[in-house]
Amino acid sequence: MNIIQFLDAFTTDNFLANKSSRRQAFSTMGSLGKKAAMAVVPLGLALKPKAAYAAAMQNDPVGALQFALTLEYLEDEFYRTGLDCDIIPEGRAETVYMQISKHEKAHVDFLISGLEGAGVEPVTKPEFDFTAGGLFDPFNLGGIGKDIAYAQFLALSQAFEDTGVRAYKGQATNLMGSDFLTPALQIHSVEARHASEVRRLRGLKGWITLNERGEGIPEQAQGVYNGEENVTQGGVDVTTLGDGSPFGEAASTEAYDEPLAKEDVLAIAALFIKA
Amino acid sequence: MKRNVVKVIKPKLIVGSPRRQFLKLSGMAVIGSGLLYACSKDDAVRMPDSENPTPNPDTDGDPVFDLGEGDLGVLNYAYALEQLEADFYTKVVNSFYVNISDEEMSVLMDLYNHEVNHREFFKAAITAAVAGDTDLILPTLEFDYGDLDFTNRDQILGVAKTLEDTGVAAYNGAGRLLMNPDYLLLAGKIVSVEARHAAAIRTLINPGSADFAGDDVVTTDTGLDQALDPSVILNAVSGLGYIQTPFTANFLP
Repeated sequence: MNIIQFLDAFTTDNFLANKSSRRQAFSTMGSLGKKAAMAVVPLGLALKPKAAYAAAMQNDPVGALQFALTLEYLEDEFYRTGLDCDIIPEGRAETVYMQISKHEKAHVDFLISGLEGAGVEPVTKPEFDFTAGGLFDPFNLGGIGKDIAYAQFLALSQAFEDTGVRAYKGQATNLMGSDFLTPALQIHSVEARHASEVRRLRGLKGWITLNERGEGIPEQAQGVYNGEENVTQGGVDVTTLGDGSPFGEAASTEAYDEPLAKEDVLAIAALFIKA
Repeated sequence: MKRNVVKVIKPKLIVGSPRRQFLKLSGMAVIGSGLLYACSKDDAVRMPDSENPTPNPDTDGDPVFDLGEGDLGVLNYAYALEQLEADFYTKVVNSFYVNISDEEMSVLMDLYNHEVNHREFFKAAITAAVAGDTDLILPTLEFDYGDLDFTNRDQILGVAKTLEDTGVAAYNGAGRLLMNPDYLLLAGKIVSVEARHAAAIRTLINPGSADFAGDDVVTTDTGLDQALDPSVILNAVSGLGYIQTPFTANFLP
């Protein structure tokens, strides 16, 4: 799958053409009847938009979940390979990454069963290239040396987790009225826990200051942090809400994580998807 | 504030029998409506005067505030939790526990900064949402930490962990209650920061562990964090005994 096709898959209505259109997927759900639909949906989940905002959100939950699944595929494969390639030091780092890897695998399985349960064919796993065309060697497969490989692994891990947080956040409104909203939020906060721990493992704060990507993060990853410097929340400049350190620019940006649009996330992910 | 007018039904003020509701809360585990979320040691052990208590026995004639319903209720709910967090960390940073490390001081200062910012944000957001009807804004709550020892590292980090994990579960559970997408996005912007906090505090408590996203809060089979309804969260929070100002959440699940 080349990158153009991959991006297309998220932006055209023919995403599910091999099975049915998204609209058809939903009407199929409808004709099954609520009981029948619930029976095939694991964990009591079903895609059923509520009346409010339904028009604007029509068909979006499936797209959001497929998009999420793609990111989880990426994270899952990245961590599994890292753990397999013996580049992660024993002790804290290994403990941390085993836990993260366990969660990413669980997220992949969860999203696949949720999509299948809703009668939708899950997007297939892309072929990943974590060297980004030779830029990195995070698994030491090219022989860059274990220490540098691990440093790159940590940096990429931070970028993936911080991106994951922004990506899920960006999809929340697309999931409004769907039974997948709450699970997506539950994954979102797990990604944030991961991000915090990985950042702290790298000696950074667990939260994002301004749009700083942090020491050791390659410039190619700046897109992960652009926009995080926002201080306007709900139309209010939060630096004006009081005096003192809580309302300084740094704290005011740290206190709120920003969403990232699907297109921007995919532009980042595209670096690691084989053309 | 972008004027996405929230459909607000003016909450009924509870003037009937707050004491009886209060006693229900303190006397036994009751989940559902009619709970009064506060804990005052005096009141908690007081017995009802009669089967038909006089109106407003505990409130000096002031009606007990109800968080309200719909988006307003959720915003007031978040405002209550952020008030607690902000107040707690304000006390923490004004007298750090003994032998605090630089790292811990830095983390706790940041958490103080973030939570105070969140608190003032909700105050501003709710003020904008109610279009001047200040009776609908949760008042400034009073807190009393009782026997909590602010000089004791374990106690302070333990409470911080509880508050941050509670915040995560609360926002995750409340997302589905919001009808206005702008508010959902704002809740999303805040909940991930609470989750970042929770992870950091958990690692300070147990360095080198998997506790940052521990199996006690993240399901091992599906990798999902906690998501709890307001009634469950408010019961747990009032059980801490820190919130002194009574309020109800009769229109939230």
